[in-house]
Amino acid sequence: MPVESVYPALEPLLPRVRKPVQYVGGEVGSVTKDWDSADVRWALCYPDAYEVGLPNQGIQILYEVLNERDGVLAERTYAVWPDLEALMRDHGVPQFTVDAHRPVGAFDVLGVSFATEMAYTNLLTVLDLAGIPLFSSERTLAHPLVIAGGHAAFNPEPIADFLDAVVLGDGEQAVLAITDVIRAWKQAGQPDGRDGLLLGLANLAYVPRFYDFSYHPDGRISNVSPNRQDIPPTVSKHTVMDLDAWPYPRAPIVPVAETVHERYSVEIFRGCTRGCRFCQAGMITRPVRERSITTIGSMVAAGVAASGFDEVGLLSLSSADHSEINEIAVDLADCYEGSNVGLSLPSTRVDAFNVTLANELSRNGRRSGLTFAPEGGSERMRKVINKMVTEEDLIRTVSTSYASGWRQVKLYFMCGLPTETDEDVLAIAALARRVIAVGREASGRRDIRCTVSIGAFVPKPHTPFQWAAQCPPEVVDARLRALGGALRADRAYAKAIGYRYHDGQPGVIEGLLSRGDRRVGRVILAAWLDGGRFDGWSEYFSFERWVRCAESALANEPVDLAWYTTRERDYSEVLPWDHLDAGLDRDWLWQDWQDSIAPEGAAEVEDCRWTPCYECGVCSAMGTEIQVGPTGERLDGRRLLPVVSRR
Amino acid sequence: MARPDLKTAQLPAVQHLVVRYAKRGKMRFASHRDVARVFERGVRRAGLPIAYSAGFTPHPRISYAGGAPTGVASEAEYLTLALTSRLAGPQVRERLNAALPDGIDVIDVTDAASGAHAASGDNTASRWRVVLPGVEPAAAQRAVAGFLALGEAPVERLTDKGVRRLDARSAVITLDVLDPADPEGGQRAAVTGVQDCAILRMVVLHTAPAVRPDDVLTALRERHGLVPSSPPITTRLAQGSLALLAGTSAL
Repeated sequence: MPVESVYPALEPLLPRVRKPVQYVGGEVGSVTKDWDSADVRWALCYPDAYEVGLPNQGIQILYEVLNERDGVLAERTYAVWPDLEALMRDHGVPQFTVDAHRPVGAFDVLGVSFATEMAYTNLLTVLDLAGIPLFSSERTLAHPLVIAGGHAAFNPEPIADFLDAVVLGDGEQAVLAITDVIRAWKQAGQPDGRDGLLLGLANLAYVPRFYDFSYHPDGRISNVSPNRQDIPPTVSKHTVMDLDAWPYPRAPIVPVAETVHERYSVEIFRGCTRGCRFCQAGMITRPVRERSITTIGSMVAAGVAASGFDEVGLLSLSSADHSEINEIAVDLADCYEGSNVGLSLPSTRVDAFNVTLANELSRNGRRSGLTFAPEGGSERMRKVINKMVTEEDLIRTVSTSYASGWRQVKLYFMCGLPTETDEDVLAIAALARRVIAVGREASGRRDIRCTVSIGAFVPKPHTPFQWAAQCPPEVVDARLRALGGALRADRAYAKAIGYRYHDGQPGVIEGLLSRGDRRVGRVILAAWLDGGRFDGWSEYFSFERWVRCAESALANEPVDLAWYTTRERDYSEVLPWDHLDAGLDRDWLWQDWQDSIAPEGAAEVEDCRWTPCYECGVCSAMGTEIQVGPTGERLDGRRLLPVVSRR
Repeated sequence: MARPDLKTAQLPAVQHLVVRYAKRGKMRFASHRDVARVFERGVRRAGLPIAYSAGFTPHPRISYAGGAPTGVASEAEYLTLALTSRLAGPQVRERLNAALPDGIDVIDVTDAASGAHAASGDNTASRWRVVLPGVEPAAAQRAVAGFLALGEAPVERLTDKGVRRLDARSAVITLDVLDPADPEGGQRAAVTGVQDCAILRMVVLHTAPAVRPDDVLTALRERHGLVPSSPPITTRLAQGSLALLAGTSAL
């Protein structure tokens, strides 16, 4: 039976909210399928505002992968801002998809992608507005299956009670496998109800309700084990092994509303083995799998033609590390010469950036900001985190950038890293002054700028720092203030250096949600009931609320906010995500953690793309391998050119 | 190495086309900046030889005449495209309509040099249609009569820059209620999708600061108690000279 659109009920509310266009859909590239043409229907949710969620690659890829299949339908839904949420509650309008404005509660699956833990309260808003019971245990056959994915889902325990299943890793093949299980279960007449379906998914996805946690009297986890037969003791991540076979998004969704990224993005490789110890993304997405230069070329040609974007983003965790990045940049710049289409490399390591890239990225006259992330201010600090970038690398790179016409370079750092001292943070000021001095010399101008951007480090699951004590917010804030003073101290440079920082408090809550266990779900529920929404946005985030809710929700437990955040864990402690397998060998992670804090100085880990395998465990556990070029192929500019007509 | 100050050479514009387009359905919620984004991408998707401004961040040369506010639909929005090679209007219309999202619909494309479009030269006023859900036509008649009898109708509007005071009366040239017996009234449901409503028609001068139909509705609400059951749906039907608007009475 067709499902009615909620748009007639929504439309009268839209003149009363900010930026109503974000709720109307109708974007170029969006797809609306006949409800009855599909037997498995997905609502894909990015639990943040449309302006952040629309450009999300994960959602766009899965949307296309699912909609390409006959009998499958996928629509998108985003978190609504509190102004619309209040009106929807007043007028009984449920959570809707932006494609056909169908009620989310009518779909078979609600798939939620978590790039950040700070979106957990928004999950509860989405569920509640959709009329889906918050707790998995209270749902019936009348409700969609609620499945989480994305990087934050690698420790889903804090939201485990609200989820039916969790997919770890790459989603392209996983969503199709899940679709098949759901279809078979529906066609068989839904045998054994919801549990029957979840049992069928238990080898593809983590089903939290099939696992029990027990605790020591002091609050540590004593055991995590399956509570029924045929449930695997650990659940592994999914890995797509041929990115050329999955060239998505082909036809990106082009928003009418303003969004945070206004470009056609193509992932040039997935995974990173640089081994930065703080970086969860680099640990959980191994191994490196490159997309070939020819696939990248044809994706860019088709994507730009289909979207009309004037910027192409070459995405990855460290884009300059692609084995043929220079060829890609030169050939794409050749193809788009004179067409006003620009290239950008959102993540670039300073030691991989070079003159060729600098020139190609600025070929069409565009010099969109250059951003580098040394992360640590001192050489010692960078050794601890295994971000092996020397000061000379950095100086050479910024010098090249300023000489090539960029006036502004942004540098990202973290504060509160393990073993960090005040001196490590103050070293950032000296570095920034040297950058300006070198920049003035290289460019011959006084008006060049450097912006220092710094935020608090939050230890993440599945990284060597998963055992580390998070730095208390008072210490972070004191160091940030001291750095601000140091940056302003020298009048010859003060005006050329910009300073942006995020204070320490939100990081504490992110830390709680990142390394929390199932007991933290109570804190999230309490914060949401108290009005918590959009916690990733400073104008909505309330530290006071979270502290209060943590105190009350954990009052009868031997654990508290500090226990989850500023406490160092030891080797023997069962971590809440130990049963979720990203492939990393636990002993390797522990040794890497020990190597980083060794009193005689941190030991360096090389990149396994260029040195022998150091057995992090991923490839052997997952049956995967590194896939890198070079392929030796080049892009044919004349073939790509009709993309932008110059008649 | 690239020379830092080398600006990208851009081809000169050889033709200016005036595009009349509509903002319909869900797209009425697009702001003027949203519409600009849509057209910048639309001309590239359509492969039109659009001219670009010079400088470090070249922009496609599209100039927009004062657009209808966010939430207001329109059948008569105008913009001008600068092209680097000549194209026929109907061809541009077709290519743009294939490239633009539904609801941003190109109605007509004419050469600016021909002066054959409504918004050229004397563009002094707009004709608007306002659907007031849940309002009896007779009640609307009484409120309109009261409003027209006023010498002035000061209203306040909340803008980004604070509260702005305007006289809603002086900019209104004509204002009437569509007669339910009018043959046009029969089209009401088809046109508006709303069964139980009153429909206002008005011609309002383009003044500075601009008086919008919304300001007239504020006066009708505050002074004459005319309150729709849900937000009004406003559509710009035409813009141009008063003489031209007098000749367009179409719903």
